[in-house]
Amino acid sequence: MGFFTNLFGAHNSGKIAKNRLQIVLMHDRSDISPEMMENLRKDIIAVIKNYVEIDENRIELDLEREDSSVALVANIPVMTVRRQRRGNER
Amino acid sequence: MTARVIVVTSGKGGVGKTTATANLAAALANMGKKVVAVDGDVGLRNLDVIMGLENRIVYTLIDALDGTCRLNQTFIRDKRIENLFMIPTAQSRTKDAVTAEQMIEVCDELRREFDYVLVDSPAGIEAGFRNSAAGADEALVVTTPEVSAVRDADRIIGLLESMNKSPIRLIVNRIRPHMVKKGDMLGVSDVLDILAIDLIGMVPDDEAVVTSSNKGEPLVLSSAPPAARAFRNIASRIAGSDVPFMNLELPDSGSLFGKIRRAIWGH
Repeated sequence: MGFFTNLFGAHNSGKIAKNRLQIVLMHDRSDISPEMMENLRKDIIAVIKNYVEIDENRIELDLEREDSSVALVANIPVMTVRRQRRGNER
Repeated sequence: MTARVIVVTSGKGGVGKTTATANLAAALANMGKKVVAVDGDVGLRNLDVIMGLENRIVYTLIDALDGTCRLNQTFIRDKRIENLFMIPTAQSRTKDAVTAEQMIEVCDELRREFDYVLVDSPAGIEAGFRNSAAGADEALVVTTPEVSAVRDADRIIGLLESMNKSPIRLIVNRIRPHMVKKGDMLGVSDVLDILAIDLIGMVPDDEAVVTSSNKGEPLVLSSAPPAARAFRNIASRIAGSDVPFMNLELPDSGSLFGKIRRAIWGH
């Protein structure tokens, strides 16, 4: 198997290097500063409050890293949903 | 005159910052520009030995900052190339001997006298790097096609962007075309994909770089070595010429002769 993959260049080390770098850099670059995270939290709260009432003290906001992806995961407890005015939906 | 002040940096050590600074300064001076190369690596100075000017140091940048001498007394004029100057730094001091404010003042003073000021930055992302970059308008980031160097380059690019350096351009150094061809080395296009900044040049791995630094002679003065041509091309691009990128591809390796040659010599 190794012979064939070498022969067809499917697993040469340059390609492996590129893939590893792309993943490493995604993780490196997702190191958001605490200040930026706080601003993000404030902005998200402001937007969501237009639609629902939320418990601002219990918001969890985190960057979660897995092998090949980075996700922004937010857990935002909703207290009440604002009444929609019928016929006035945008 | 109002010089362009360019910091040469990399993040990772040992990728060729000092060699690049020395050769680009020499090549720009050879094009008729008035150039000064400033050693920004306090405590680990090397620009003097690479440029072959180590025996002519009287005053260093630190002496000028301490008030021991005037800034122009630190200039070492290169006798081989007209209009090429070097400012050495101190070997027996530490990085905190220069502040960012002092570096900005020095660069502004040099700006009036030269066309180009090239600052050789220390490796790392700490104060030494930040101070050496403080007075610069633009940046050249040197990397090699290796995971560690590219990763560190990415970090440095982020820092340079936050310091508002523009343009920030990339030099990919020590490329081994036959390894790239085999798929066993990151190619320039791979590095550009990953770092997403503008390329200003690629330099092949070349023994002539080692021999010229052994002798303390500027590589760019010899016409033949591929790395010398690469550095001259980069200097022309810095000066604004539209020089096509070198073809680092190997000549027709698909031929029977090419295969035999590589089987025997390995390249």
